[in-house]
Amino acid sequence: MNILRYPLIKATLKNRWPQFSIMLIALAGFLLAILSGLFGTPVGSRNFGIVFVWIAWWAILMLVAVPFLGRGWCSICPIPAPGEWLQRGAMLGPQGQAKGFGRRWPKRFRNIWLQNGSFLLVALFSTVILTQPRVTAIVLAAFLFVAVGASLVFERRAFCRYLCPVGGFIGLYSQLAPVEVRVVDTDVCKAHTEKTCYTGSAGGYGCPWDVFPPGLVKNTYCGTCMECLRACPHDNIALNLRSFGADLSVERNRKLDEAYKAFIMLGAAAIYSMVLLGPWGSLKLAAYSVGTLSWLAYAASFLTLILLALPGLFWLTVWTGKKLSGSIQPIKKLFIAQSYSLVPLGLSAWVAFSLSFVFANFSYVLVALSDPFGWGWNLLGTAGISWTPWLTNLTPFLQLGVLVGGFIWATTTSRKIAVEKADNAQALKLSTPVIVFCLAFTLTLMGLLVA
Amino acid sequence: MKRLVISWVVLGVAALLVAFAPFNQQPSTENTERFFHVEAGDFAYSPGVLTVNPGDKVTIELVSTDVVHGLYVDGFDVSVTSDPGQPATLSFTADRSGTFRLRCSVTCGALHPFMTGKLQVGSNFLLWRGIGLAFVALLGILFIRKPSLTTEF
Repeated sequence: MNILRYPLIKATLKNRWPQFSIMLIALAGFLLAILSGLFGTPVGSRNFGIVFVWIAWWAILMLVAVPFLGRGWCSICPIPAPGEWLQRGAMLGPQGQAKGFGRRWPKRFRNIWLQNGSFLLVALFSTVILTQPRVTAIVLAAFLFVAVGASLVFERRAFCRYLCPVGGFIGLYSQLAPVEVRVVDTDVCKAHTEKTCYTGSAGGYGCPWDVFPPGLVKNTYCGTCMECLRACPHDNIALNLRSFGADLSVERNRKLDEAYKAFIMLGAAAIYSMVLLGPWGSLKLAAYSVGTLSWLAYAASFLTLILLALPGLFWLTVWTGKKLSGSIQPIKKLFIAQSYSLVPLGLSAWVAFSLSFVFANFSYVLVALSDPFGWGWNLLGTAGISWTPWLTNLTPFLQLGVLVGGFIWATTTSRKIAVEKADNAQALKLSTPVIVFCLAFTLTLMGLLVA
Repeated sequence: MKRLVISWVVLGVAALLVAFAPFNQQPSTENTERFFHVEAGDFAYSPGVLTVNPGDKVTIELVSTDVVHGLYVDGFDVSVTSDPGQPATLSFTADRSGTFRLRCSVTCGALHPFMTGKLQVGSNFLLWRGIGLAFVALLGILFIRKPSLTTEF
């Protein structure tokens, strides 16, 4: 169902001001997070930078924005904004003089391998990043500088599309969201020689994400910025409500870099659940003590598990399915295709992991709002609120529900993918080992989070 | 078609039974007193896992070995705070079975939000329900549900 049929929604999304205003508020919060990280208290739970980024923003992102809006966050993300304004020579519509070199992103890097790498880099240091305000500030500032640099050297949003460690997994999980930007009628696009949705017009910029809207079949790289809606002179852009996970059934454009992103996210969720939420203090200290021998062992284990063990085990799983079913499909193709069944499994793992600490620590948000730097301010009268864990009785029930739901979703996805090139009986044999893999992972996470 | 409907109904009943059947462990009438000496330091509790039976009267003596630490027990909403080297005790009756997280309730340093432990009271029926539901789902997926997408082999 195309919700742009409703004039109010269409007018709101076509108008730049609502999006621009939210982005400005987000940018103010982002800059405050950097400043409080640099100059505020080093106590993480009293510092706006830590509390807002890793509790408030993370909760909104993983529990609401990604599952329900896909790349909705990307449409108002403040990180690329300054660079984009410089690149365009304007903060709103296409009216300024473009700046920068405007180079095309190198062809060999037109994939998400760099994003996989940048996520792993952040992930290895995450225990320090998400507990030390100054480190969080430095990382956020680095994101901002790299994004500005990328905007000045390359055309469009090269940072978001190819470098952002967060954008990579948001894109992967946006395939599950019940919304999509698509064209209404591709024949209209064929007849439209100017292709202003990609090249730009007086009404809107050409797609900042370097996506050709008439060719959109998945959400992965569409930033939902709605520039195509503004640039299309034929009213041919739709914002559809659809079933959850519709993109997973799309055979086209399944790639190894995206498959690896699924493994990275799946493995990271399990490792964080064990290290950060488990009762093992030595593991936490190893992950925290960057540069020590124990941290090196942690980092080596982290990378080995995520980059070798998990994909290797999954490869064996798919190979077993291939042998059982007698499928003539190449193993690499089956491996990549079946790895998309791990996308819902991974999102459910991250939601369950996030539930463990987000509500328990949410009362810090009220304190940080009142005293963002931890300097003894009390702007809203909430600085004195003591730590109060919320919903801790309910959390394990929610986690189990989410994990079982993710398992069901993953297994039905695996069977749907298997049946694309096989009859039902053969598909069942092909996907059964994958289903067992998903079951084993789900039970492991239940053990880590609820047991 | 009729067989399919029956299968789904059986599966649905099984799922409801697993999710809601009242097989929680009854608290013991013996009310055994259990005492734990727990050291808190380096963002961890030692021992990190406390195991008791339902109905036990639990006393935790918390001793911080570095900075001020707290101990909050999820599900029971009780807490205690210990200054370095100063033991503090907390008593409560473990009248609910399950696994409950222990959390540090006093900001103690960088890893404070992740300073956790576990209280295991009897069997963790919630976990078993979760496992049961996963297996019920597995049966449904493997033996009942057929994927909607079909193409030629």
